[in-house]
Amino acid sequence: MSQEFIPLSKLPVGQKGRVAMLVAEGALRRRMLDLGLIIGTVVEALLKSPAGDPVAYAIRGAVIALRSEDAGKILVQIG
Amino acid sequence: MGLTLQSAGINAMENILRINREDVTVIALAGNPNVGKSTVFNSLTGLKQHTGNWPGKTVSNAQGRYKHKGKEYVLIDLPGTYSLMANSAEEEAARDFLCFGNPDAVVVVTDATCIERNLNLVLQTMEITDRVVVCVNLLDEAERKKIHIDFKALSVRLGVPVVGTSARSGKGLSELMDAVDAVSLARIRTNPVKLTYDEPIEKAAALLEPVLEPLLEGKISAHWTALKLLDADTSMLKSLEVYLGIDILSNATALETAARARTVLLNEGIDADALRDRIVSRIVRHAEEICANAVRFGNLNYKDFDRRIDKVITSKVFGLPIMLLMLGVIFWITLIGANYPSSLLSDGLFWLQDRLTDLFIFVGAPSWLHGVIVLGMYRTLAWVVAVMLPPMAIFFPLFTLLEDLGYLPRVAFNLDKYFKRACACGKQALTMCMGFGCNAAGVAGCRIIESPRERLIATITNSFVPCNGRFPTLIAVISMFFATATGIFQSLISAFVLVGVILLGILMTLIVSKLLSKTVLKGIPSSFALELPPYRKPKIGRIIVRSILDRTLFVLGRAVSVAAPAGVVIWCLANITVGDMSLLAHAAMFLDPFAKVIGLDGFILMAFILGFPANEIVVPIIIMSYMATGSIAELNSLEQLHMLLVSHGWTWLTALCMMLFSLMHWPCGTTCWTIKKETQSWKWTAVSFLVPTVCGIAVCSAVSNAAQLLGFK
Repeated sequence: MSQEFIPLSKLPVGQKGRVAMLVAEGALRRRMLDLGLIIGTVVEALLKSPAGDPVAYAIRGAVIALRSEDAGKILVQIG
Repeated sequence: MGLTLQSAGINAMENILRINREDVTVIALAGNPNVGKSTVFNSLTGLKQHTGNWPGKTVSNAQGRYKHKGKEYVLIDLPGTYSLMANSAEEEAARDFLCFGNPDAVVVVTDATCIERNLNLVLQTMEITDRVVVCVNLLDEAERKKIHIDFKALSVRLGVPVVGTSARSGKGLSELMDAVDAVSLARIRTNPVKLTYDEPIEKAAALLEPVLEPLLEGKISAHWTALKLLDADTSMLKSLEVYLGIDILSNATALETAARARTVLLNEGIDADALRDRIVSRIVRHAEEICANAVRFGNLNYKDFDRRIDKVITSKVFGLPIMLLMLGVIFWITLIGANYPSSLLSDGLFWLQDRLTDLFIFVGAPSWLHGVIVLGMYRTLAWVVAVMLPPMAIFFPLFTLLEDLGYLPRVAFNLDKYFKRACACGKQALTMCMGFGCNAAGVAGCRIIESPRERLIATITNSFVPCNGRFPTLIAVISMFFATATGIFQSLISAFVLVGVILLGILMTLIVSKLLSKTVLKGIPSSFALELPPYRKPKIGRIIVRSILDRTLFVLGRAVSVAAPAGVVIWCLANITVGDMSLLAHAAMFLDPFAKVIGLDGFILMAFILGFPANEIVVPIIIMSYMATGSIAELNSLEQLHMLLVSHGWTWLTALCMMLFSLMHWPCGTTCWTIKKETQSWKWTAVSFLVPTVCGIAVCSAVSNAAQLLGFK
């Protein structure tokens, strides 16, 4: 288990991460919170779209696709 | 109904929504998107519903009525939202109705397969009102995925009735109505769990509550309003003024106390973002606690099936080809399926035309009357019905099937990167798909795009995908000029060419979106979160009923109501002569030089102009104007139509330009009207009119001139 934080966009498909910090502000942050992305939430990278971006993540029982620049504003801890 | 402003409220919501409160019980229906909320709504209300707009917002609401045990209920369908924190117009509308619409009860529809996430909305709703019933829908899906839900435990922990339903098969609805009945008539007292937030937040709220209580007069929870004030939720405070006449924003004491309370929070290191984080985190954690042990996943890999399908459907290699194949197959089925009923219908309708003619001759009606009614109105109608009905009756159910399965969000997922490169929103792929049915529906669907800039781009480019009114034109031209093979190959080639036309439309959508983002609608793409809902087993019967009733008959009805008067006008234009030519011919002559530049002729261009009310009538107009000047008297089949067109100078180049112009010209009247309504701006309506038109003229003249230069003719 690593203690390093990586942006969610760098989480390899098939791996899980735990939300450590939201770097986003304002409306984007609110939208992320609405998705249930609070600190400690486990997120799994599920699928890459054919062009590699966006990526679909399993978040609290739902499958949500996020673009890389948005997912990059969510820091996760692998493990 | 109750239109008078009888109640004390400044803008009482029930007056705006036109509900008479005396004889009915008002029930609000809330829920996340994709939880089958509209299925619950439809199953309860049947066909007794109508839609309108939320006051002051471009969010539509549906209202319906139902009877249960002799009592009448009005069901208000709130927009599907994840939260009530006013992050979008939908959330504002939902929150406003819950706060100020005084519903007798609120049903929150949740998805049994991810109930924990849905509880976010349930808990937020219970902060506003006590009279809540939780409906856990999609129980059949949950059972299939081996999810076990303990309703009793949920009900005890939430403090409100929890009812399980499978609305699609009608299971549990009567229990739901019983619970609604009990809660709305206060036959049972609910005891909703109240959330308490972190200590500093509660302390700050406690400072504000005594100031707010006298202002709110018990109309709305002071604790909740205090939290909104701390969170600086101005939209909520504005609504308070609009609906209840309570102006907190200009109340000095309230504002002063709010500032003091915020300092208290800041001293604890809680700024605006942190406050929101803590409030949401508390709600999410609470939802977790409630679900713990009450929701059990028998098979933890229950989503494996969906994943496996997704892996293929969104894969690098197969993702896009599968999409194209799917599109091609749908068109192919539509083409071969529609062929026979179409000719049967047209035989029948033209047989009836002959009988009508006999009747007119029998009663000795003047020939102009016969012309207007039979040759003008009836024949245009017959063409529209014979050509449009069969393909629509096949295409719409197939398209609804894809929608029902949950495939369309995957299309948006696959195409998002391209839309991002065009600086547009990935959800534009969804509105584009809606455009295949009807561009007006696609434009209205652009509401799902949050950023105003991206919404405009999606609106302006929506008519680049051919709607159902244009498919028949495209299909007819393709089968006459480009798919001359016989039998099954003809329909295959036709489907293939049609997919090509649509791909061109999508390409134009992307190019124009990019151009707009780089010029008049400059900006960077905004954030984007797209839910990929679980695949659902479609209910074939429901799909057929819904797509025939809601879509096919609706679109056909619109086409018919436009075609009938248009038929009269066109017949008159084609038969009233000034000098030695009909009015239509004069107009066509006038347009001819320009039309030639874009590879058409004056009559075709005239048909597109007269077809502004509805694209469906473009081909009938062309036929009628050629027939008025030509020699062929009977026209019952595509071969005869082909001969008619060729005798008027059509070549494959004319046909190609006709198809291109059909793909790219001004949006139809209904679409323009919808654009005006949605954008509230004549300027953007004009832009939406001009952009595809200019593109069409440019492409057609380029193609036509290039072909002539290269010596093709």
